[in-house]
Amino acid sequence: MAYKIVASQCTVCGACEFECPNVAISLKRDMYVIDAKKCTECKDQFDKPQCAAVCPVPDTCIPLAA
Amino acid sequence: MAPDVWEKVKDHPCYSEDAHHYFARMHVAVAPACNIQCHYCNRKYDCANESRPGVVSEKLTPKQALRKVITVANEVPQLSVLGIAGPGDACYDWRRTRDTFAGVSAQIPDIKLCLSTNGLALPDHIDEIADMNIDHVTITINMVDPAIGTAIYPWIFYNHRRWTGLDASKLLHERQMQGLEMLAARNILVKVNSVMIPGINDEHLVEVNKVVKAKGAFLHNVMPLISDPAHGTHYGLTGQRGPRAAELQALQDRLSDGAKLMRHCRQCRADAVGLLGEDRGQEFSLDRIEAAPAYDPAKRAAYRTIIAQERSEHMASTVRAGDALAGAAAPDILVAVASKGGGRINQHFGHAMEFLVFQAGAGGIRFIGHRKVEQYCRGGWGDGAALPAVLTALDGVAAVLCAKIGECPKQSLADAGIVACDNFAYEWIEAGVAGWYAATYQSDHKKIA
Repeated sequence: MAYKIVASQCTVCGACEFECPNVAISLKRDMYVIDAKKCTECKDQFDKPQCAAVCPVPDTCIPLAA
Repeated sequence: MAPDVWEKVKDHPCYSEDAHHYFARMHVAVAPACNIQCHYCNRKYDCANESRPGVVSEKLTPKQALRKVITVANEVPQLSVLGIAGPGDACYDWRRTRDTFAGVSAQIPDIKLCLSTNGLALPDHIDEIADMNIDHVTITINMVDPAIGTAIYPWIFYNHRRWTGLDASKLLHERQMQGLEMLAARNILVKVNSVMIPGINDEHLVEVNKVVKAKGAFLHNVMPLISDPAHGTHYGLTGQRGPRAAELQALQDRLSDGAKLMRHCRQCRADAVGLLGEDRGQEFSLDRIEAAPAYDPAKRAAYRTIIAQERSEHMASTVRAGDALAGAAAPDILVAVASKGGGRINQHFGHAMEFLVFQAGAGGIRFIGHRKVEQYCRGGWGDGAALPAVLTALDGVAAVLCAKIGECPKQSLADAGIVACDNFAYEWIEAGVAGWYAATYQSDHKKIA
């Protein structure tokens, strides 16, 4: 499973980009996106996905719908 | 003030009240990421017409920031300081802060570098800050008691996790104190900013003031909370009010022990450009600046030569004005001044977007703060609807000194008990205030300035 960024709510601050331990987040056309192939949801790395823990806007880094 | 400290602050508009009449700062918004959430901040809100910390019109990469700084340095000769104040946190978003400063100092070596931070990531970067000659750091410290912090900070992100409640405030407090002490030990000047939040930390700021000074802060700047539901902040949405001008002044007076309290802060945007009372940021948006400007130091150098002379005249005049009032057997009163910089009474009443407020009395002349207003004159005619708000902003002021004022607003001010006077147009501010005061209260007034 992987996380995604809700573009309409993202402030493009970039905190998620440098907290991501998997280098899965990058700026694409002025918007941060999560590469689902690299995202591990921080499983076995941290208690909580780092992007969601640092994001200043609630419910903006969320699980990709199954 | 010790000579080595004066050397550091004399051209810095935020660290020296005197310097803010002559020198300009610019902020580049290169650091959007933040590691804490404050109840007075809403990071989603970007607006060109808002003037408050954390707000920007466009975020810049370090390369874009360099283009902008060079353009401003070529066109704004007053520029002396480059600051990074977010819109997030300059120390948390450290790589972008560092790359920006490195790029600019390579091209404009004499520009002063400063940054502001919430302090959480500060201890991690102290050595780099010292190595890069960043000799002014501002830490926002709103409490020294974590229990009070719980009403200000809902969460922080530290050491790979989000902390809430008392744990969050404890960690933030410890890191702020550690950062402050480390900077002081390296002789880096620290300004502490505190947001005055009525009912939450207003009384507590007396304690904050004692603690940060004991730990070596150079300057303490108490700023009023800016709170409006339209800003979408927690405080704005829950009806937490900011302090009134008189409440802020009363608290500042309790903390004041001379040079160590800042009263001239304008709470500027994270992309502000110009003298503190103005913001020319919109003249220098990316679409208006050259792709690869070359730095030309000529204008800044010429300005500095002229200003050195002007400043020594101003200082001498200020001393004479203070002496003239010393021991005056008359009340302490507040005088508002319309100035567009340079230390003089040189702005028309109708053009003023803020008034500088001075206290005059037996103790001499003291700068108290500024009051923001809506501009009264809209290119040739007066905006009668703006006047009531101007009168409210001037509450408690006995007189307004300006370069010129029309009969109509002059009468409205008189009806509200405020004397408007343009007899001291283009004089040094303190000399004009002393002259007006002496003419009004002292029958045998001495010749001033």
